[in-house]
Amino acid sequence: MTSIPYTPALAPPETYLNVSYRVRSWLLTADHKRIAILYMISITLFFFVGGAAAVLMRLELMTPQGDLVRAETYNKLFTIHGVMMVFFFLIPSIPAVLGNFLVPIMIGARDLAFPRLNLLSWYLYMIGGCFALGAMILGGVDTGWTFYTPYSSSFSNTNVALTIVAIFINGFSSILTGLNFIVTIHKMRAPGMYWSRLPLFIWSHYATSLIFVLATPVLAITLVLVAVERLLRVGIFDPALGGDPILFQHLFWFYSHPAVYIMILPAMGVVSEIVPCFAHKRIFGYGMIAFASLAIAVLGFLVWGHHMFVSGQSIYGGMIFSILSFLVSIPSAIKVFNWTATLYKGSVDLRTPMLYALGFIGLFTLGGLTGLIVATLAIDVHVHDTYFVVAHFHYIMVGGAVMAYLGGIHFWWPKITGRMYPEWWGRFSAFLIFVGFNLTFFPQFILGYLGMPRRYYAYAAEFQVLNVMSTAGASILGLGYLLPLCYLIWSLFYGKIAPINPWGAAGLEWQTSSPPPTDNFDQTPVVVDEAYAYDKIEVPSA
Amino acid sequence: MNVSFTQSINLAGAMLAQSDGPGPSTQFRLWPQQASHFAVQVDTLMAYLLAVSVFFTLLIFLLILYFGLKYRRRPGHLPQMVPTNYALEVIWTAIPLALVMVMFVWGAALYVHEVEAPRDAMEIQVIGKQWMWKVQHPQGRREIDQLTIPVNQTVKLHMTSQDVIHSFYIPAFRVKQDVLPGQYTTEWFRPTKVGEYHLFCAEYCGAEHSGMIGKVVVMEPGKYQQWLAGSPADLPPAVAGEKLYVQYSCQTCHGERAPTLAGLYLRTSRVLENGQLKSVVADDAYLRESILNPSAKIVEGYPPLMPTYQGQLTEEQIMELIAYIKSLGSAANPREPSTAPQTNAPSGGGQRR
Amino acid sequence: MPDDAAVAGEVARGDDSALTPQQRRAQSRPASAHLVAPRHHRPHVKHQFDTLAQQHEADTLGMWAFLATEVLFFGGMILCYTVYRGVYFKEWHNGSRILDEFEFLGISAGAWNTAVLLTSSLTVALAVRAAQLGRREQLIGLLLATMALGAAFLLIKAMEYRNDYHEGLVPGWPFHPDPRLLEPGVRMRPFELFWSFYFVMTAVHALHMLIGLGLFTYLIVQAWRGKLTREHHMPVEIIGLYWHFVDLVWIFLFPLLYLVR
Ligand code: HEA
Ligand code: HEA
Ligand code: HEC
Ligand code: CUA
Ligand SMILES: [Cu+2]
Repeated sequence: MTSIPYTPALAPPETYLNVSYRVRSWLLTADHKRIAILYMISITLFFFVGGAAAVLMRLELMTPQGDLVRAETYNKLFTIHGVMMVFFFLIPSIPAVLGNFLVPIMIGARDLAFPRLNLLSWYLYMIGGCFALGAMILGGVDTGWTFYTPYSSSFSNTNVALTIVAIFINGFSSILTGLNFIVTIHKMRAPGMYWSRLPLFIWSHYATSLIFVLATPVLAITLVLVAVERLLRVGIFDPALGGDPILFQHLFWFYSHPAVYIMILPAMGVVSEIVPCFAHKRIFGYGMIAFASLAIAVLGFLVWGHHMFVSGQSIYGGMIFSILSFLVSIPSAIKVFNWTATLYKGSVDLRTPMLYALGFIGLFTLGGLTGLIVATLAIDVHVHDTYFVVAHFHYIMVGGAVMAYLGGIHFWWPKITGRMYPEWWGRFSAFLIFVGFNLTFFPQFILGYLGMPRRYYAYAAEFQVLNVMSTAGASILGLGYLLPLCYLIWSLFYGKIAPINPWGAAGLEWQTSSPPPTDNFDQTPVVVDEAYAYDKIEVPSA
Repeated sequence: MNVSFTQSINLAGAMLAQSDGPGPSTQFRLWPQQASHFAVQVDTLMAYLLAVSVFFTLLIFLLILYFGLKYRRRPGHLPQMVPTNYALEVIWTAIPLALVMVMFVWGAALYVHEVEAPRDAMEIQVIGKQWMWKVQHPQGRREIDQLTIPVNQTVKLHMTSQDVIHSFYIPAFRVKQDVLPGQYTTEWFRPTKVGEYHLFCAEYCGAEHSGMIGKVVVMEPGKYQQWLAGSPADLPPAVAGEKLYVQYSCQTCHGERAPTLAGLYLRTSRVLENGQLKSVVADDAYLRESILNPSAKIVEGYPPLMPTYQGQLTEEQIMELIAYIKSLGSAANPREPSTAPQTNAPSGGGQRR
Repeated sequence: MPDDAAVAGEVARGDDSALTPQQRRAQSRPASAHLVAPRHHRPHVKHQFDTLAQQHEADTLGMWAFLATEVLFFGGMILCYTVYRGVYFKEWHNGSRILDEFEFLGISAGAWNTAVLLTSSLTVALAVRAAQLGRREQLIGLLLATMALGAAFLLIKAMEYRNDYHEGLVPGWPFHPDPRLLEPGVRMRPFELFWSFYFVMTAVHALHMLIGLGLFTYLIVQAWRGKLTREHHMPVEIIGLYWHFVDLVWIFLFPLLYLVR
């Protein structure tokens, strides 16, 4: 049997969702699960804002000459797209939604260590988000998400300062989330939950939190300096005023490269939960995967200069950053191989979350391997700032991280909402997203190697065929993203009631009711097993 | 084997790209044109990278498919617990590690080659500004948004920007280099095929970033000479520099109260910086600093007399002055500034001591 | 699903309606985990913690993690400052000299401030001790002393700022320093950059001091109300940690801004 059927009683059990229905009880909640829901709603909003910008961009790029929007508008579109997607969607996506919901439950705690700080994080995030939206509505920003100086500090006459404030505030939200996770994971594990028993989701969130805490402040101070330069006209990064533009790039990437691992590590954590569950096996190489997360977090701090191979930094700098980039890819490779090996001799159930997880593995592999291509010095000289790089990071961030986020949402949806999502629709849209995604971004690899520069709103005529393919793919992809939005909302009202453990999964979160009570557990659980003890759980029927 | 792979792709590309009219080819293709000696080298490396990528992508995709089907969940099929196999872990750490180390060494070696220009290259000056490329040939002819060069001639671009960061990108040559304000960067290549190729600005630089494009025209050397002579040429940079040298009365000091500039280029100077004695190589960056900010490094044994020319000279003028100083010979073969600069063009009539 | 869980499920289904929701949930738990007795609530222990010790450890670790963030925050600034010190040595030298020349009684304001802050670190350390021993009056006294020292620091800083303002050294205000202050060869742009760094760094530091003063006010109110006891003195320790850090930052800033030439 799969699970215990949930039998509605006369008085429905009290859950975190039904303790109170007042708006106040949501907006002033200190419950990590409710805060996770608040985040879920808000990041979805920002995702569609960023997605709408992507749609307009792709429409513009259907023809070589610029005809749909003006050049200035296009520049604002990709800037808002990058800023929204990176800072307000992907960075908070898995940590602040799934992590917030699951970190305490998975380690058997009643809440995060600092619940009110957690709520503050969400408010900071929202304030930052409103500033960013405000900057967009008041006329936009056109610097690209990278804010390269001196363009951003001296030349652009758009709302750079406002956007900087937005990202600055949002940074503190990230820092507080990371801090909360670190303390919670260190100090609030249930009896028996040794480090060696932590689910890999927790390990990857721990690694992510280290980056949150140690990298984000550098971005904050860098942006402050850009703002100071803009407002006071003193030369920090503008050579005309005596500053150094390369210094800005170093500082920016010192944050933003670790930030890409902020985006991928939690996704790897999600996949590490889903794969063993639907293969019904202990994960292969638990120790290696856990260690790889930490290795990525640490090494990730040392490779920032690979974004600057043609910036004019020294040859030796380039070489060191190149070799370190190759080294940091090894832990990722280890993870991919271990996930694949987990399937071996398993009992593989291709449900929606598993489809997403397998999609993640494949697309992340391709994205990561093209990461190696751009990390190769002589090749990057050619493909830097072309669509090759755009394809590389969309493969990892959209094909990888967004897939994992959607997989995680489907996997834990029964736990979060107490309802099942419609399986057929789930599989269908996973398939649609996979197809649409590849059609959108694979042609961009070719475009990039052919030499089409990024951030071009008009391009040479011979690039048109591949661009049209890409736009066609994006429309399928957009549809693929709208579907889950619709059927997941539908399932809130009409979905089947979820049992406690619909997937026959190991892990503490599957041992409390769906949805869990406010305190997560009635009594503190005592852990007696290693993580992924699937040998002790019967295989559910397909 | 790698080369043949590239060639076959190009063959396919060439079959599609039959008739190219004037201007850069607009034919649909899947592999970029190879028009410099770098292109073949970079593409060969790319073929290795693609081979590794295709291999691992297929490996992972196929394994997932195979396992997913073979071990799919069905009644009567039970999973078997497989303990972690550390021998396997070592293997799949070591093999990728070896493969990426090859990537690193190969990529880095080629990169060093790409960065370090040969000494005998023809130097062309490039100034980027929002949103155009200004090019000047050693003989003086100027172009805008176009770079005309003879085939099989090693060319070195000497670049700076007047405002924000740009990037000089020629896909068919596989070369790209950011062009920075307040600094010099260089880029070199040897075109191997006559034709017209795209020139792009690759670093986002504001509204018309995508309009900051042009073409690179590679000609037979003979035609190039014709082309050079074809229009009334501007003064060669070195000659213009000489004029400036006189106009800003550099010669009133240099040679007497100030060190001679003959043979200075690429020589090692002893200078005082922040009160400490140091050796510096007199490269472009140093010459630029000496003119714009003379007090930063004071030549040993001389008083800090020299005024700053910051704000009085345009980027072009600074480049011309430097070209003139270079024309006075390098450390290897010094020449006295009193002789006419080493160009065939009529001398600027400058009076020098 | 393990068998025992299924059994638990059977039981739960037995007679549902007789049980409270909590009991039902507890029974239906498909646990391969044993359960320990419910925790007892104790004063000062927040609901998410089991024991006061756990809460204290969490609070302390939280503050350390926060300080790690702060180190990187100031670190980024100090890095930029140091890079430019190498590039614009003369201007930096000139700036430091001007800063160091603003004196009270023959000792530079920066040195006074260092002394004041070090003393306040001492009073905080003593306050923590007093809190651990549960000496309320002593605690309040020492906290007040710390606040007074903190306020003195800010006052001295404000006087320095005022002086800088009168000498036209505030970037963008506009920046028009008295030419007599300039050493030969000092260029205006980089000189202004020095002052930008000076103001950004000291202002961010002063902001941290202000936050510290706010936190001490909170502590004094708590102590006054008798909320801080021998058992529950953690807030003092943690805020003390923060204050030590703010001192430490100054210990870095002072030589960097005033002394290193
Ligand atoms: C989640 C985000 C994410 C992740 C995880 C990565 C991962 C990696 N990235 Fe990427 N990257 C970005 C997001 C990301 N990147 C973004 C957003 C940009 C552009 C920013 C901008 O300019 O706007 C960028 C740009 C970028 C550049 C600069 C390109 C340029 O501008 O010129 C480089 C260069 O080295 C690079 C390298 C890498 C490498 C080596 C990895 C590695 O960590 C990948 C490791 C993974 C694998 C290797 C795959 C798995 C391995 C196997 C299946 C086995 C086979 C393995 C081997 C043979 C080793 N990335
Ligand atoms: C998490 C990160 C993330 C995500 C998810 C995406 C998602 C997508 N991105 Fe992008 N992208 C970036 C991060 C991301 N991107 C970054 C960092 C840059 C660099 C920016 C810079 O250069 O500064 C970039 C740049 C970038 C470019 C290059 C622009 C240029 O250089 O000129 C392109 C071009 O095709 C693109 C396309 C897309 C597409 C088609 C999607 C699709 O996956 C989006 C699919 C979603 C939808 C389609 C939304 C569905 C909604 C609807 C259909 C409703 C529409 C509603 C209205 C129109 C009202 N992105
Ligand atoms: C008032 C006198 C004076 C004038 C005018 C002058 N210089 Fe100089 N220059 C000096 C002195 C003195 C030095 C050596 C001390 C130093 O490095 O500042 C010097 C050094 C240099 C150096 C570095 C030489 C080395 O050996 O390293 C260069 C290059 C230079 N000058 C170029 C120029 C150019 C170009 C001009 C005109 C545009 C110019 N100078 C005008 C006095 C002058
Ligand atoms: Cu110039 Cu982009
Ligand atoms: Cu990176």
